[in-house]
Amino acid sequence: MTMNAAETVKDPARDHEQQFLTFMMADEEYGVDILAVQEIRGWEESTLIPNAPEYIRGVINLRGTIVPIMDLRIRFGLERVEYSPLTVVIILKVEKEHGDRVMGIVVDAVSDVYTIADEDTRRPPELSEDDNSGFIRGLVNVNGKMVILLDVDELLRIPERQKMAGLLAG
Amino acid sequence: MSIDLSQFHQVFFEESFEGLDVMESQLLDLTPESVDAEAVNTIFRAAHSIKGGAGTFGFMQISDFTHVVETLLDEIRSAKRPMLRMYVDLFLQSVDCLRAMLSSLQAGDTPDGERPALLKTEFEKILAGDDSAAPVSTDSTVAEAEDVSGGAGWRIHFHPGQDILQTGNEPFRMFRELQELVGEDSLTVIPDTSAVPEISSLNPELCYLNWVLEVRKDIDKETLASVFEWVEDDCDIRYEALSSATEDADAATETDVAAETPDTDQPAAIPEAVAAAVNAAAAVSASQAKKSPAKNSEPSSIRVSIDKVDSLINMVGELVITQSMLGQLGQEFDMSRLARLQEGLSQLEHNTRELQESVMKIRMMPISFAFSRFPRLVRDLGSQLGKDVNLVMLGENTELDKTVMEKIGDPLVHLVRNSMDHGLETTEKRIAAGKAAQGKITLNAFHQGGNIVIEVKDDGAGLNEEKILSKARERKLVPENTELSAEEIHQLIFLPGFSTSDSVSDISGRGVGMDVVRRNINELNGTIEVQSRRGEGSTFVIRLPLTLAILDGQLVRVKNETYIFPLVSIVESIQLQKRSLNHITGSQFVMKLRDEYIPIVRLDNLFGLRRKEEEAENPMLVVVEGDNEKIGIVVDDLLGQQQVVIKSLEQNYQRVHGISGATILGDGTVALIIDISGIGKTVEPSKTTPGSEQAA
Repeated sequence: MTMNAAETVKDPARDHEQQFLTFMMADEEYGVDILAVQEIRGWEESTLIPNAPEYIRGVINLRGTIVPIMDLRIRFGLERVEYSPLTVVIILKVEKEHGDRVMGIVVDAVSDVYTIADEDTRRPPELSEDDNSGFIRGLVNVNGKMVILLDVDELLRIPERQKMAGLLAG
Repeated sequence: MSIDLSQFHQVFFEESFEGLDVMESQLLDLTPESVDAEAVNTIFRAAHSIKGGAGTFGFMQISDFTHVVETLLDEIRSAKRPMLRMYVDLFLQSVDCLRAMLSSLQAGDTPDGERPALLKTEFEKILAGDDSAAPVSTDSTVAEAEDVSGGAGWRIHFHPGQDILQTGNEPFRMFRELQELVGEDSLTVIPDTSAVPEISSLNPELCYLNWVLEVRKDIDKETLASVFEWVEDDCDIRYEALSSATEDADAATETDVAAETPDTDQPAAIPEAVAAAVNAAAAVSASQAKKSPAKNSEPSSIRVSIDKVDSLINMVGELVITQSMLGQLGQEFDMSRLARLQEGLSQLEHNTRELQESVMKIRMMPISFAFSRFPRLVRDLGSQLGKDVNLVMLGENTELDKTVMEKIGDPLVHLVRNSMDHGLETTEKRIAAGKAAQGKITLNAFHQGGNIVIEVKDDGAGLNEEKILSKARERKLVPENTELSAEEIHQLIFLPGFSTSDSVSDISGRGVGMDVVRRNINELNGTIEVQSRRGEGSTFVIRLPLTLAILDGQLVRVKNETYIFPLVSIVESIQLQKRSLNHITGSQFVMKLRDEYIPIVRLDNLFGLRRKEEEAENPMLVVVEGDNEKIGIVVDDLLGQQQVVIKSLEQNYQRVHGISGATILGDGTVALIIDISGIGKTVEPSKTTPGSEQAA
């Protein structure tokens, strides 16, 4: 009986539910849409990209595709850490007008998978004009812990300033 | 129940288009004065095959129409009639008409019946002995019809592409929108289910339905078209004005939006209401543009000569033998057989390389495929502009990668149009300037190093430097008071929004052209430059890589990173002699190499690799040449040479200055490929004009 009740309550909300893969970084838990996650792999040496922003660690060969790797700690202005065998790279994929775009993010560790309903998500507080607030899609409370949900599209966008940097270097 | 013939349709269309190309090129070569019997035979045979094929597959419209064409050809062939100029024009119109009909059939539509009917009447008149009839220009009738507003309403033939649902466009939503637009009572939706296959072969994700929508309301076409705005590129939509008096749909004038769209999309192309001569050219470009969306939905194919396939099979055979030999060796290996292993491996390398080369050759096609459209284009444009032009094509057998070929077509058309319109003077001016009355445009293609070079050359007036400069100043593209050399001024024409034409003509001069041409060519990793002499003409030189996929590379080491230089751009590699370096402005070094001073680039500085400040012990200097400028690049060490497969860095990241792509080395790591001309641009700020920096 209770089961049934739970199901009927849950059903209408099914459309607005999403699964999130969460990972840890500097003791905070972050979540990304699980449909955007292509795979999870260990850290490996990457090839530097000239004049790339600091948070772009370089590119790796992912079975024949050139995939850039972003260090999320540096991107978020957190303290840098040495990479260890436990350091994880989450390969994310988003659809762009010219096909998919694949990029890896370096995080401390992968945590869990949660199913989260839209209505449980709270807008992030608009505290500052911080660069990083754009990445945040919302905050959600799971079992008493706060999880920061990230906007993958926003996350994989690299500001177009390469050309300038290259010209200045010359 | 008969055999399903539709599986052969694609082949029929391909063959027919080829046949039409043959007819067209033979017709263009024909001069009424000296008729080559073999040429007439060839044209006849091509027409005959199209007729036969169309009959087999039940395309009666095509076969009926081709029949009259064939009858006249037959009479000419058997010398019952002379070949007249008028006939050639009529045949050319028929080729266009057939091409349009075939394209619409290929897209799954019913072809427009009006134009073939008109042409057919012409042929019948001639066959009946009435030679006085001048060839009708069916195009102008169509052009006039475009102004007709739907007095009583419109009948819309809506043929969506099969993948419309996958693109997220829902036809019913559009119909609902249409209903809101015209009111509930004025819209009738009639679905056409004839294209729906049997349930066993039905793909639930595809849309097999076509619709006829009848709008009984006085409304203008633009408003209706706005409903289909998002899908008009992928769908075939025809608007047919309903006449208020009769229900006779056949008598109604039709406008073909699908054929019109490419023109409006490309501002450089021709507007709707132009003279008949250009209409023919427009029909060519429209039919080609119409063919390409069809290509996207169906797998495109290439014809490969049997020799190439045979040699491939041979090579695969050898590869299998080598593989089994190595396999056997591996099973019972001891050190005594090391020599045999090495031998086997080198054989494997040999096989792989040969195989790779032959596979690449399959993609190579002679550039005549891209050149073939120009005789017609020049003929039609020449008569419209009243310029007598001789088109010379050289190096038509130069081979080029198929993808490069497909993308180079439009820029070339633009350049030729430009040369005809702006480059060549009118006949009177030419005679006044003491030149031959007939203008000359030369298309030349040849290989140079690892590149293919295509030249578009005219013997016209050349670029007018003062005019270009004043125009550029007027448009604030160049700051006042700057002095530019003639060469720098020539480069200005590649800036966006630049046109020197006094009057905007139908063919070119709207200032959206050269920058697009340059962008298209840059996308292919190619370059374009212009050389011009006042009064003698201009030459546009396009340089393209032979293929986009593979490159011979020189591996170099800089700090801990490995980079790849394209081997073709390396002139020499020498030991860097510190004392031969000269310091000029700021951090720029130059070195005297024999008689030249060449600028020196430190790759570690340029790429921001200064993590460890130790100097390499024996730095090497690689002298490279890009864009006709030599530069020396300092690297720490030279590693091996190898062929590398070019991978895109842009796909998942973005364009990186000085890097043209990436590749994967034997050990699985990524190495970046150096963009020589990109690096060349950073070291010579003096060389870049203020304008070109803006355009970059």
